[in-house]
Amino acid sequence: MEAADILSLLSATLRISTPLVFAAMAGLFAERSGVIDFGLEGKMLAAAFVAASGAAVFGSEWYGLILAIISCVALSMLHGFASVTHKGDQVVSCVAINILMIGLTTALAAAWFGQQGLTPTLTDDRRFFEITLPFVKQLSVIPVLGPIYSEVISGHYIFVYIAYIIVPCVYWIVFKTSFGLRIRAVGENPNAVDTAGINVNLMRYKALAVNGILVAFAGAYLSTAINANFFREMSAGRGYLALAALIFGKWKPKTALIACLLFGFTDALQIRLQGVPLPLVGVIPVQFIQALPYVLTVVLLAGFVGKAIAPRAIGQPYIKEH
Amino acid sequence: MVSQPILELQNINKSFGHVQANKNVSVIVNKGDIYGIIGENGAGKSTLMSIVFGYYRADSGIIKINNNTIDIKSPHQSILSGIGMVHQHFMLVETFTVLENIILGFEGEFIFGEKLKEAKKNLEKLCKDYNLQIDLDATISDLSVGFRQRVEILKALYRQAEILILDEPTGVLTPQEVDELFKILRSLKKEGKTIILITHKLNEIMNLTNKVTVMRQGEIVGERNTQDTSKEELAEMMVGRSVLLRVEKQKAKIGEVVLEINNISVKDDLDVMRVKKVSFKLKKGEILGLAGVTGNGQTELLEALTGIRKIESGEIKLEGTTISSNSHFSNPRELREKDVAHVPEDRQRMGLVTEFNASENIIFGYHHKPPFSNSSIMMGSNIFNHSNAIMKEYDVRPISPFLKTSNFSGGNQQKIILSRELNKDPKVLLVGQPTRGVDIGAIEFIHQRIIDMRNKGAAILLVSVELDEILSLSDRIVIMFDGSLVGEKINENVTDREVGLLMAGITN
Amino acid sequence: MVKAVDKTKVPWWVANVIVPLVNLILALFVSGLFIFIAGENPYQALKLIIYGSFGYLEGFGYTLYYATNFIFTGLAFAVAFHCRLFNIGGEGQAYIGGLGVFLVGYYLTGFPISIVWILAIAGSMLFGAAWAAIPAYLQAYRGSHVVITTIMFNFIASALMVFLLVDVIRDTSQMGPHTVPLAEEQWFPMFREIAGWFGMKVGYSPLNITFLLSILVSLGVWFLIWRTKWGYEMRAVGHNTQAAIYAGISPQRNIILAMLISGALAGMLGVNEILGVHHEVMVNFPAGYGFTGIAVALMGRNHPIGIFLAAILFGMLYQGGSEVTFDMPNITRYMFVAVQGVIILFSGALENLFRPQIEYFFVSKLKEREA
Repeated sequence: MEAADILSLLSATLRISTPLVFAAMAGLFAERSGVIDFGLEGKMLAAAFVAASGAAVFGSEWYGLILAIISCVALSMLHGFASVTHKGDQVVSCVAINILMIGLTTALAAAWFGQQGLTPTLTDDRRFFEITLPFVKQLSVIPVLGPIYSEVISGHYIFVYIAYIIVPCVYWIVFKTSFGLRIRAVGENPNAVDTAGINVNLMRYKALAVNGILVAFAGAYLSTAINANFFREMSAGRGYLALAALIFGKWKPKTALIACLLFGFTDALQIRLQGVPLPLVGVIPVQFIQALPYVLTVVLLAGFVGKAIAPRAIGQPYIKEH
Repeated sequence: MVSQPILELQNINKSFGHVQANKNVSVIVNKGDIYGIIGENGAGKSTLMSIVFGYYRADSGIIKINNNTIDIKSPHQSILSGIGMVHQHFMLVETFTVLENIILGFEGEFIFGEKLKEAKKNLEKLCKDYNLQIDLDATISDLSVGFRQRVEILKALYRQAEILILDEPTGVLTPQEVDELFKILRSLKKEGKTIILITHKLNEIMNLTNKVTVMRQGEIVGERNTQDTSKEELAEMMVGRSVLLRVEKQKAKIGEVVLEINNISVKDDLDVMRVKKVSFKLKKGEILGLAGVTGNGQTELLEALTGIRKIESGEIKLEGTTISSNSHFSNPRELREKDVAHVPEDRQRMGLVTEFNASENIIFGYHHKPPFSNSSIMMGSNIFNHSNAIMKEYDVRPISPFLKTSNFSGGNQQKIILSRELNKDPKVLLVGQPTRGVDIGAIEFIHQRIIDMRNKGAAILLVSVELDEILSLSDRIVIMFDGSLVGEKINENVTDREVGLLMAGITN
Repeated sequence: MVKAVDKTKVPWWVANVIVPLVNLILALFVSGLFIFIAGENPYQALKLIIYGSFGYLEGFGYTLYYATNFIFTGLAFAVAFHCRLFNIGGEGQAYIGGLGVFLVGYYLTGFPISIVWILAIAGSMLFGAAWAAIPAYLQAYRGSHVVITTIMFNFIASALMVFLLVDVIRDTSQMGPHTVPLAEEQWFPMFREIAGWFGMKVGYSPLNITFLLSILVSLGVWFLIWRTKWGYEMRAVGHNTQAAIYAGISPQRNIILAMLISGALAGMLGVNEILGVHHEVMVNFPAGYGFTGIAVALMGRNHPIGIFLAAILFGMLYQGGSEVTFDMPNITRYMFVAVQGVIILFSGALENLFRPQIEYFFVSKLKEREA
């Protein structure tokens, strides 16, 4: 493998991991507060549809993003209403939202734009664009670091940069603010929070609001940045991969990020490995490589790479006991 | 110095469903008191204090703090009113540090910075002032129970509690930790704090408090200045004149030893040793009553004897053969095969599947063998006939085998469990709290059945917090206090007072 | 705030028929809203659905054909649910089950038909169960949440089957990724054939005798869950794991058993699609039936009778739905996927939304009547 290949692989890794990072951070807030969130997939899809439609109709990708955020927060609130207020089964609520979104996004896309579930292709002015960081030409002559700067770090969509800045922000919010302290407490021992005089359910709704905002970015990225439209079921399981990354990362921002990068790397690799003969095994069928992230998820969840301990109170609606 | 009332409760009433936990309770606590509230299980002490803390709301009654009437709607309000509570089950987040647990809800700032440093300094000062040595940066899961309790106390003090309520604080402490706690409480009193101590242990009352109120079955039965009363008087008020629920029973025909418990020690889920080298023997045809207030290790003991919780050391022998020890452990199915039956303390959590119908619960645990099932197929008519017959025999009402178990009253649910476990005439019967939440009529019935078993030659261990029950059914009585057995008496002319004292930890 | 009712006074038909019905009506109302937003007339759509699914014989045949698939996947989800497990992997298990059917039929070409059929059905169950085995084991012994693992196995199944259909077992005489067709003698009789034996002329529909098989299987599942030791133990573990341990029942064994049976049931979808209709394996033949099974099970309250009725309802939605997509250009089949989601929402997550009001209403009406 040549240097250029490696650089392109790294760059692709960053690009592909980005939606996973947003979704994993979103899931982190919800799950840390004690609410199961298998619904990242559905919300991501909703965001993708709304962002692309919004950009097409209102003429700017930023409108699309804002609408996507509103939609995802609404869905998170719905999940909260069912789970926190009505104490319904959280898994069922997530499954319902996922299936509903798979159907509704494509159905409305087809109904409104008439192209079998595609939203109109966004022209360049209504789409996010790749950003070239300053001094790329000048710095690229520096050995090793130069090409890394110009090929790997520069040239991404703004979402990518936001994603990697968000991670330390999330870390900081969750571990260095009172808001984060309370969210974590609610997920571990809601009784302790109640007896400290804080409203448990309200904390969970707040966490879900943050969850909605973050996952919207993931979806908008898919349909208004790396692609120029929404197409059906475009999230392709990323919501579940993000959740697996979160679990593997033990619900911590830094380790979840590494897991996301791992998934991204695997995906980037599989595209490049298709049809390429490997030593000993020859050409691996493309489908096997495509299945790699999913297999990896199962392996991670099997706990062979360390036991993941979930927030203690997760999945249980808060009911005072006596 | 004239004592000022700092907390006043007037005619507090609270019911949960049809159980009245507090009936017209009125209490006056003066500033600087160490005020004790003593009573047995179900006396209503914890409920009362939970109302003061805002965890529950009273159905009626008035709460006054410093002569101002306050409607306490939530813990937030009571905290602001200067009330701090150290709960029986700690309200701590295991993964947080001491500091984080204490400031939770009272952080003072959004971003941790100056206020956090200030808080730490203030806390360090509090620790010094009250002699509460503790490492603020330690993680709760690394701390012993005694230290965790200190965190709870610090939490209350940090939130500027003037009134500190402690609910059964010494249940989980070692004797040394208890001494430490007492020292802390005394220095708190010196600093002008008021302390309310809820306990069932007379020692603590006599040692610490200056005033004591006795509660029984939701009501106040007496109030005294501690120095003006005695352990005996308090014990008697605590357990009351025994209601004449004595069952008529013939003299016991006691045979040889069936179950031998040798030096067993058992830990609870938090890794605290709850049963400390307990030994006793169960004999054929005898009812051994194990008395004691909840939380002294009886639950863990019973779970160990029935294959649900492992034994740290010691062994259990059935008819001479070791069936359980540290290395090998008989599970519930094996124990049933060996004719050891178990009526669990918590019928809804363990003894029944409330969503099942009555007939399904009547065969629970025995469902996999004939006549209830034959090569894995459930024999519906056998099950139905059996259920019908047994519901008649045990007077379970209504006699509807297909009615969902959650629709039966507590007493009838208990009878279902009893009918199931007694049905096969077990050699050993291990019973926990058989009449908890059961109405009078069913209590008599259940007691009679247990006596019948004993007359048929079963070896019975009766674990109960109801002293009446122990005294009326047992042939022999042992008392469990703080994980050890503290007294053994043949049940002839034993008085309530004697046992009550032992239950409250007075062993001389 | 409605006053809480004494739960014992609520008649079973209120809890198990009225409340689900109200939830269904709510779901349909919200679905109607979606259709309206999509720019079509919901009332018109409803009429088309009813016509398309019951209005003519062939349409009815299609309805029952779809229902057959939903019965299998609904039963699959329900069995696992009785043990408190969410098997979302019905899609993948059905896919692999179909592979099992095909392999049996293909390699036993020429054998007596009864043997082939029995072994093919067994093959579908075996393969389906096998695909649920790993998630089952991981949940029971490693605590890995079965929802995620089964979803992952859906994706893996997809990849595996595409690989097989493109590279391994493809019908090389054709362009598309599908297998050779099975020998005609192995095909399940279709209802129009059977009708033909009685002299009735019936148009084409995919309805075949698998429908009858699905009814038999429903009875079998009912028997298993409520009349066998295995069902009893699975339900005990699902309702109250602590009590199950007290009674000497092993949670791990029952988790695995429930998942294997669940996978086997989902696998039987392959019998309908391959022996009954297409006679060959194509890419993505489960086509979402696995997910619909979830809605069917939740609506049918995890009981075979309810599942049967819900399966018919969803069959109506599918068949009527395709009539709608034909006539209304703005509505695609995905709209009906959304409808499923709404139904799951109201029958599952929000099932108690109006339960207090409904129960209160009926209990007070009954009290009035008694007084």
